[in-house]
Amino acid sequence: MSEPLVVARNLTKSFGELVAVDDIDFQVRRGEVFGFLGPNGAGKSSTMRMIGCVSPVTSGELEVLGMEPGRDGPRIRARLGVVPQEDNLDLELTVYENLLIYGRYFGLSKSVIDERIDELLTFTQLDERRKSKVEPLSGGMKRRLTIARGLINTPELLLLDEPTTGLDPQARHLLWDRLYRLKREGVTLIITTHYMDEAEQLCDRLVIMDKGKIVAEGSPRQLIEQHSTREVLELRFEVGTQDKHADELTDLGSRIEILPDRVLLYTDDADKAFDEVHGRGLRPESTVSRRATLEDVFLHLTGRSLVE
Amino acid sequence: MQGFTLVHPARFIEASARVYRRTFRGSLVSTFFNPILFLMAMGIGLGELVDRGSGTATIEVPYLTFLAPGLLAATAMMTGASDSAFPVMAGIKWRKSYDAVLATPLGVTDLVIGHLGWVGIRLVFVTTVYSAVMTAFGATTVLEGLVAIPPAVATGLAFAGIVMAFTARLDDSQGLTSLFRFGITPLFLFSGTFFPISQLPGWIQPAAYATPLWHGVSLCRGLALGTDFPVDPLISIGYLLGLIALGAVLATKTMGKRLVK
Repeated sequence: MSEPLVVARNLTKSFGELVAVDDIDFQVRRGEVFGFLGPNGAGKSSTMRMIGCVSPVTSGELEVLGMEPGRDGPRIRARLGVVPQEDNLDLELTVYENLLIYGRYFGLSKSVIDERIDELLTFTQLDERRKSKVEPLSGGMKRRLTIARGLINTPELLLLDEPTTGLDPQARHLLWDRLYRLKREGVTLIITTHYMDEAEQLCDRLVIMDKGKIVAEGSPRQLIEQHSTREVLELRFEVGTQDKHADELTDLGSRIEILPDRVLLYTDDADKAFDEVHGRGLRPESTVSRRATLEDVFLHLTGRSLVE
Repeated sequence: MQGFTLVHPARFIEASARVYRRTFRGSLVSTFFNPILFLMAMGIGLGELVDRGSGTATIEVPYLTFLAPGLLAATAMMTGASDSAFPVMAGIKWRKSYDAVLATPLGVTDLVIGHLGWVGIRLVFVTTVYSAVMTAFGATTVLEGLVAIPPAVATGLAFAGIVMAFTARLDDSQGLTSLFRFGITPLFLFSGTFFPISQLPGWIQPAAYATPLWHGVSLCRGLALGTDFPVDPLISIGYLLGLIALGAVLATKTMGKRLVK
């Protein structure tokens, strides 16, 4: 097991009365993609900002790259890359100038930066846009430029806060591919997301956060094994009758979940459960049998009610 | 916290200069034309009346000459205040470019000192242009125009820090509009730029003496024209420098509170 790049013990962040991050422990190891998964307001971004040394720790311990954010903030930040949730690029400047300015903040010489920019523009497929102003670029391009900017100082650790929120599917897949390549090059990635497919695709390990707490931890596969059955049978009954039907099914799976429009039956053998449902004379309008996903784990652990 | 160096603020200044290189065209027109318009309208148009009327009883020099150094200080105030108003709000909130800066080795203090340093450079540029226009109008000699530049820059910086501290506490631009409407514009009009404070009603004069712009105006005018200073110039210099320091400290505090949560 390789050395941890980030170690948090009893990490807590409060804003006055509100406890955004509530006494959490985790470790991020070198070379892995580590994810914070959680609904909005779970404390993911607050945690990221503490790791990024732009938000003071309220209590507990945090160590990043072997240093302490409160004392060594500038030195840690010099070795981090940060891709914020909202692109905060200089819109009046060109793609090239955005990267140049950012590189200069890190005190890199122009020749070093220029070389790096060539690599990064190729890496993010923005070569042709080098001299374009940022303003008219598409959302996906801006995102990639923000990632390129975060990589200008060749960071050991890249923090990405909801990297694909608001992007179309093509742009997301391109981005995932680039992030995957970064990982292969040995960059450690920490991402926050509320997209399950993103977490499943990218993360080696992840924690699920809810209301400031870590509610589960492990690889996507481990989480599914621990917190869900192997398969799920989705049964859609006539509108308004989900509750009634669910009562007749409780013994068929290890767990049952009632949604407004369907009933989810958690079982290790969905086909067998399906036969059983039919055997009892129940006739759902439609059924889907599928493998359990991270989404099932997530919804199970963080609840289905909308938190706003 | 390591010892503070100017390396990081200098990086912020460099970045500001690069951004400015892209965006300066918009501000260039106002930089050159405002002094021309003001000196023409007030200095020559109005000045003609003042000089032919009873103005000479209070003002020892031609009105244009009286006005020019005061206007220089007032312009510096305007520049310092506006550079720390909307652009700072954009950095904090609209563009969030300050968040990007703070993700690098730079900290809040670097950002504030860098911003004020950049505004200082802008002020040197703006006041130099202004002073050249003054000289071209025959309001002052070259030397008179030049000696008025440092106190004008100090005046602008005094406002830059305080306004930055103020902006960092605002939620939206409403407060900035109010700042200019109820703060900066009255100062512009009643701080001795256009007429000596002695022309104001007695009860309000102490308030005028307390304003930073009045000290800037009296320094610029006294130094440029060699006329008597209404108060000891050292008091005015101390006042402005003190205000710059206070502004920097307050701005670091409020910006820190706003950006490092």
